[in-house]
This record gives sequence, structure tokens and C-alpha cells, in this order.
Amino acid sequence: MLTDPLFWTAAFNTAQYTLGSLLIQLPVALILALLLNRPGLRGRGLLRLTFFAPSLVGLPFVAMLFAPIFEKRTGLINAGLHHFFPLWDPEFAWMHQYVMSALIIAALWMYAGFNMVYFLAALQNVSKDLLEAAAIDGAGPWQRFRHVTLPDIAPVASFITLLSTIGSFQMFELSFILLNNGPGPENRGLTVMMYLYQTGFITGDLGYASAIGWVLAVTLMSIALLQRWLGRRHEER
Amino acid sequence: MSARRLINFFLYGLLLFFAVLTLVPFAYMVCGALKSKYDFAATLFLPAGDGWLGIGWDRLTLDNFVRLFTELGLPRALHNSILLASVSSILTVLFCAMGGYALAKHQFRGRDAVMGLVLAALIIPGPLLLAPSFQLLYNLNLLDTYTGLLLPGLTPAFGVFLFRQSMLNSVPTELLEAARMDGAGEFRIFFELVLPLVRPMLGAFLMISFMGTWNNFIGPQIILQSPELHPLSVALNNLKGLYGTDYGVIMAGTIVSISPVMCLFLLLQKEFISGLTSGAVKG
Repeated sequence: MLTDPLFWTAAFNTAQYTLGSLLIQLPVALILALLLNRPGLRGRGLLRLTFFAPSLVGLPFVAMLFAPIFEKRTGLINAGLHHFFPLWDPEFAWMHQYVMSALIIAALWMYAGFNMVYFLAALQNVSKDLLEAAAIDGAGPWQRFRHVTLPDIAPVASFITLLSTIGSFQMFELSFILLNNGPGPENRGLTVMMYLYQTGFITGDLGYASAIGWVLAVTLMSIALLQRWLGRRHEER
Repeated sequence: MSARRLINFFLYGLLLFFAVLTLVPFAYMVCGALKSKYDFAATLFLPAGDGWLGIGWDRLTLDNFVRLFTELGLPRALHNSILLASVSSILTVLFCAMGGYALAKHQFRGRDAVMGLVLAALIIPGPLLLAPSFQLLYNLNLLDTYTGLLLPGLTPAFGVFLFRQSMLNSVPTELLEAARMDGAGEFRIFFELVLPLVRPMLGAFLMISFMGTWNNFIGPQIILQSPELHPLSVALNNLKGLYGTDYGVIMAGTIVSISPVMCLFLLLQKEFISGLTSGAVKG
């Protein structure tokens, strides 16, 4: 397996997707939660429901919904962007060269609100007294966020990071369905899970599929352990 | 305008912007489902015409839904999905609650060993089990059956663990003892005393397992070969393969597929959100 170029393609794609998802999705989720957490905000319940709604759709159905959205020319993104910014190329090939970006966008739509709910719950537990004390001592909004809010929500943030990492590493449905049951042109949409599926259930090599499963499982467990270790070290400081 | 009002204005604007971005795909889906194949390619949302607001309302059609329910065999898949998701979610909640109850409130030999097993199963990632469980189902002759699809996931370790934790917290042992003194049987205690006490967990977990089965794709894709057994996720994907460019049909099918989950969520909303975050915040 370690000399199998297809496996490495899949691993590279999956890592790219995971990193992209984490770096975009979690900040967006946190920003949404911070915006919603403002005291005296009107329509909070409705907004929260709105942001949460996409995560009810379910991965296979998100993939089906986004298939026409990513189409060239007629698709919502290309046609919409071209309408507002004529410089945008309506032939932008979401489903070819930029498959991973497309997957990250679809996942962002689906999961940002889901992660926001966790952040929101964490934000509501942040000590209000401490925030007030900091404000009286002359700390600006950024300082209050950096030194009071952030340390308080760090455990939840690391929990969400772990959940998202594990979920992203196992991504299958989104690319499989979007790319018409295959890895896409030049295997650009091949993920580790899809490779496992293909070798095990299309080619019929269950042994090789098990081996891929093991590599994925060991990777995920190592990430979880690494994260616990980092968390502990952080607490000790 | 004062600085504070300007900031507020900006924040509301930002929230509204995000809300619109979130809702646009839904609107796109609903509009798409109501358009003919020609209009789907020609317009983004609703087709232009000389009706109210400059929209050609008369061009909208329910044809996509009619086709799905008559010639394309969607009722079968819808029926399968409802059957699979309700049976599995009810049984999963029942078994997890029973397991959690036993581990939280009963003393028996080997309890710690069972608890250790549950904790060990908790950290095994799903992909690891895909190929071995397929092999196992093959040997048991359970491929292409609902039993084979549902049985492996009927008592997830994290469900047992979640119920054990919540019963440790919210079911007082004295209450159980009092009920036993009054002569209540074990099943009566479980159904009439224990379950009502963990009601929020029941709602949240019911929702989670219903969604898990409803949105499961890789499981039925691997295990079920006969098309008449397929749930919506797989059936709709097969339709997408056959009618790839006829997106109106796919959008209509997606609406049919996600509406039941949305309705269930609106019913269980409160319990679901609190159950979802309770574990995360208390840690």
C-alpha cells in the first residue's frame, strides 16, 4: 500500500480537504456564534435555526443538492458570480481541477451551523463577571476575546476540532455522489474512504480494504491521542 | 448615527448576509424542483414571465414530483427509508437505554469488564469495521437483507455510554429501591420510572439515530443489492446516475428526502439541541 500511488493520491486529497475544512469552517462557526451571542440580539432563535438547518440535510442529500450548484455556466455559483462580477469565468471547473474546493464549500455550508451550536453553548458559559472586570480594567474587545473568552472556550474548541478532523478524514459520500460514483477526473476527488470502498467493494479485495481501514484508524487514533496530549500540556502551563 | 448604532447596523448586516448565503441553496432547490428541464438550464431561480413580480408563475410545474411518484419508483424508497429509520432508531434507543441502565444502576459480575468493552468500542473508528463486517455478514448470509444492514449498528457503544452517564446523574438509586419495595417489576421500573427521568436524552438520541439511518449511504450502498430494498439515499443517487442532467427531478427528490427529517427536528428541536451540547460543555 505504501508504494501504491493511488493510495497516496487519496491520502493527499483527504489531507487537503481536512485542512481546508478546519481552517475555514471553524473560524466561520466561531464568528457566527460570537455574532449570535451578542446580548440583546433580536431574532436569535430564528437565525440560529437558519444556520443550523443545513446540517439536517444529511451528507448524501447535500451532495445531490450541490451537484447542479457547481455546474459550469448554468450552476448557481458560476452563473451567480458571473452576474455580479463579470470577470468571473462562468466555465470555472468546480468538478474538475477544483474538486476539493467544491467539497470544502459544500461541507462549509453543511457543518458551519452545526459547529456554531457547540461554540454558542460554550460562549454562554463564559464568565460574565470576568468579562465585565476586564472591560472596567480597560481591555478592548479583542483583548477580552483573546484573554477571557478564548481560554474559556478552548476545551470545546478542541473537542470540535477533533470531531471535525475525524469526520473529514472519513469523507466519502460528498465526493462519491458529486462525482457520479467515481473518483472524478484524474482521481482529483479520490479520498481514502472512497479508495477503501473501491478496492473492497468494486474490485473485491477485502484484505486490501481492511489494510486501508487500519491505516485510517491508526491515523485517527494518533490524532486523538496527540490532541489529548497537547490539551494536557496546555492545561499544565 | 452614533458609533454604537453603526456597529450594530454592521453586525446585523453581517448576520443577514450569512443567513441569506445559508438559505440560497434551499431556495435554489425549491425553485429547481418546480421547473421544467428547459427552464432549469435557462434561469437560476424562478423563470421570468409576465405574471406577478415579473415571474412566469404559469411555467412552474409539479411534473417532477409526479414523475418521481409514478414512473420513477420513489414511493418504494420513501417507504423503505421510513421503515428502516423508525425501526432502527426506536430499537437503538431502547437497547442503548437498557444497556446504560444496567451498567449504571445494577451490580452484577463482569460489569466492569462489560464497561471496559463499551469504552474500547467507543474509540474504534467506523471505517476499520467496513470490510470485516461485510465479510461477517457474507458468512452469516445476511447480505442484501435489512437485518444485515441494521443489526451491526443497533447498539452503538456511544449510545450505551451516553445513557449510562445520564442515568448516573439523573436517576436516584433510592427511588429505584423504593419502587422495588413497593413490588414493581424490573421492566415496570425501567419503562415507567427510568425512561421518563432521562426523557431529554431519549428525544435527542432518537433524533440522532433516526438521522444516522436516514442519511446513511455507504451502508445500504454496500449491503443492499436489490433495488427494491434501497432507501432514498441510494435510490436517489441511482436516479442521478440515470437522469444526470435532469436536475429538476433530483431537486424534487431531495426535497422529498429531507422533509421528514426536518419535520422530526422541529418536533424534537429543544431536546435535540440541549442533548447535543450537554456532553460537550460539561466535558
